[in-house]
Amino acid sequence: MSLEENTAVHLHKDDKASKLGMWLFLLTELTLFGGLFLMYAVYRFTHQAEFHIAAKSLNTFIGTLNTSILLTSSLTMALSITAIRKGNKNLSLSFQGITIFFGLLFLLNKYFEWSHEINIGNFPGSESLLSKSQGEILFYGLYYVMTGLHALHVIIGMIVIAVMMRFTMKNIINRNDNFKLEAAGLYWHLVDIIWIFLFPLFYLIS
Amino acid sequence: MEDKEEQSLNNHSYSAYIITWLALITLTAITVAVAGIDFGNAIIVIALIIASIKTYLVLTIFMHLKLENNTLKVFIIIAIFFLIVTFALLFSDYSNY
Amino acid sequence: MADNSTAIKTKNHESYLDYKGKHSGLLGWILSTDHKRIAILYLVVISAWFLIGVVIGFLIRLELLTPGGTIVGAQTYNAFFTVHGIIMLFLFVIPGIPAIFGNFFLPIMIGAKDVAFPRLNLLTWYLYVIGGAFVIIAIFLPGGAPDSGWTFYIPYSIRTSTNMIITLSATFILGFSSILTGLNFIVTIHRMRAPGMGWFKMPLFPWALYATGWIQVIVTPIIGITLLLVIVERVFGVGLFDPSLGGDPILYQHLFWIYSHPAVYIMAVPAMGVITEIITVYSHRTIFGYKAIAYSSLAIALLGSLVWGHHMFSSGMSDTANFVFSLLTFLVAIPSAIKVFNWTATLYKGSIELEPPMLYALAFIFLFTIGGLTGIMQGTLSLDIHLTDTTFIVGHFHYIIFGTAGFGLFGGLYHWFPKMFGRTYNKKLAKVGFWILFTGFNILYFPMFVMGWLGMPRRSYDYLPEYQSYQVISTVGSWILILGLILIVYSFIKALRSGERTTEKNYCGGETLEWKVETPPIHENFYEIPIVTGGPYEYKQNELEPEGVN
Repeated sequence: MSLEENTAVHLHKDDKASKLGMWLFLLTELTLFGGLFLMYAVYRFTHQAEFHIAAKSLNTFIGTLNTSILLTSSLTMALSITAIRKGNKNLSLSFQGITIFFGLLFLLNKYFEWSHEINIGNFPGSESLLSKSQGEILFYGLYYVMTGLHALHVIIGMIVIAVMMRFTMKNIINRNDNFKLEAAGLYWHLVDIIWIFLFPLFYLIS
Repeated sequence: MEDKEEQSLNNHSYSAYIITWLALITLTAITVAVAGIDFGNAIIVIALIIASIKTYLVLTIFMHLKLENNTLKVFIIIAIFFLIVTFALLFSDYSNY
Repeated sequence: MADNSTAIKTKNHESYLDYKGKHSGLLGWILSTDHKRIAILYLVVISAWFLIGVVIGFLIRLELLTPGGTIVGAQTYNAFFTVHGIIMLFLFVIPGIPAIFGNFFLPIMIGAKDVAFPRLNLLTWYLYVIGGAFVIIAIFLPGGAPDSGWTFYIPYSIRTSTNMIITLSATFILGFSSILTGLNFIVTIHRMRAPGMGWFKMPLFPWALYATGWIQVIVTPIIGITLLLVIVERVFGVGLFDPSLGGDPILYQHLFWIYSHPAVYIMAVPAMGVITEIITVYSHRTIFGYKAIAYSSLAIALLGSLVWGHHMFSSGMSDTANFVFSLLTFLVAIPSAIKVFNWTATLYKGSIELEPPMLYALAFIFLFTIGGLTGIMQGTLSLDIHLTDTTFIVGHFHYIIFGTAGFGLFGGLYHWFPKMFGRTYNKKLAKVGFWILFTGFNILYFPMFVMGWLGMPRRSYDYLPEYQSYQVISTVGSWILILGLILIVYSFIKALRSGERTTEKNYCGGETLEWKVETPPIHENFYEIPIVTGGPYEYKQNELEPEGVN
């Protein structure tokens, strides 16, 4: 790094450092889910046929709907940052609100989906699941853990965006200083990316 | 560096995002449609390729990676490289299952 | 390294020990975001944990003095080696050097006022303390102390009735703390270097911390999720690893070691960084092969992340995997050897001063070489079948972990103690302590190689009478080692209480930036941020007198 590039270093506030830190944090999230994807890969490889059978009970339509919802929420999140950078505070606030709303919608679908599975007896420790093949037990184990952990991230993301809305109202996030919102956006997009991979791996293999 | 930030203000107009979103939705539709066709084992490869394209779009446009400096890009490459190599090594154990 | 004036003078010229911020007294410490104070907080708690770990280690050795039960029963013995492992690894060596010396000296050595995220830095300490509290709870809660071994292997860790969930949560929290420290250091090194300090003008300790930071950030989440899954499996009965539900216990071992092998480098690489600094200072010679050492840190981080399978040669992996992991394991020896050769080459024709830190550095090279070579033996597939789960392994990893992280920590503490506290220690006492520790160390751990070669299993509370002579030697070694530790701890306490005060900036002739700041450093380290023009180690060859201090 050249000398000039380093001169801004000791200023009180360093958005570039925050951005590096945020991305490193996202990478830890990536390898956290990476561990789960590695497990999925191994179990799917060793129990191919059973995974196909097990995936049949998942509803592709709800999965596709949820994918579209999350992708759209990513769009509104990105738009809210553009809006604040153009100085359009109210528009940014509405986009953030819509993003949270889409998050809720996603969770609502998830709730229906999980209740459906639980109603037909596909939940950990249930007798009907234990009577199935081992590959199916593993499929549902991974299904609950991976979508569950993802849903937890969606909830955290919604809380973070809600805080950002408050910051925006109070003008802590404004036209010139909006890194916080951008960081929240990065987190939300990462959650989206993880879903982009979860979707075909669980809903599109039957 | 300052120039790039200026760019990010102008480049990421509302329309660029909406076009990206349309592309993402289209790719989702494609991956669902393709899943109905019986490609055998190739299906997982196709699904993962489409997912990777979608991820690339989200990373570069929604997450502004296109406009970032190289340090960040190298960071991401390191993490992805680690996951891929780990995957390969892990499967050296499972390959002749 | 020349520094000229740049920035505005900082307001406070008081030493960080006397500095009064918003809070005073104890609160002024535990709420302080000053990297130096956080380092001292870490030092206090980590030392306490280390001593607890030592006591449990002492009890393990005492139990093995005679075949059969000596002082405790088998179940307690299982708890002993489990808790000893958890404390020494997760609470002592993994945070150890980065959290203490990394926090204290990284910003100073790169010419910064603090780390990039000071509040996050304090948070890591709290996470560390909470994780430690969880370990205490796990030991004393009614269910019984954990007895699965620190590796938590499936299926036993799912079946055992001891306090597994709390232990696993403790490890998870400690992992979080470690990740955030690594993240903080990476960003600090990228963004906070003083003007003019290019990557290759950075001292080698920050380089080691940089490589370590990457291991922490990239691999720690894997063990985080794995242990979380074991908790989920225990609580909800979700089928993930349990073989009765179709799970694959070997997959657990893979995921566990994907983190836990690189974790060895989280312990060793920072210690190597400390040793590099010590060796160049006390041989008064420019480090040999600066770039080779810097790159080899990165190479160790990279290769070290790809060799986890060598912990599983006898677990029933495929032949392909055994072959690949054995080969990669041999490759890690290359960057490690590069370091050893560069240290030795630095010593060559240097004017070596056998000060206490230097003794630790030299012992480090000796012990690391023995530990490393026995490691290569175990990387050999055919030999490993014979050596797996014997005390040979125990000897090997104590040589590596205690020999590097432990000796690096003591060496670093003697090296930087006057700088950190502004007091000098009794060198004679320190040297006596070192020699007793070093002697005890070898008497304690070397017989383990012999016993293990002869077939003595590890983690075994009972043994055949023919192993007793070795066990007795080893146990006597543990007494000598502990005597040495008592002297060392005494030397530090005595220095803290009644050591002669010193304000000499550069008491050992070092060339890096920490020798240009006050002793002890002021609140924000520098009166003005230095501009760096030269490399970190510019000794004139064979120079006896320390270079002029400004």
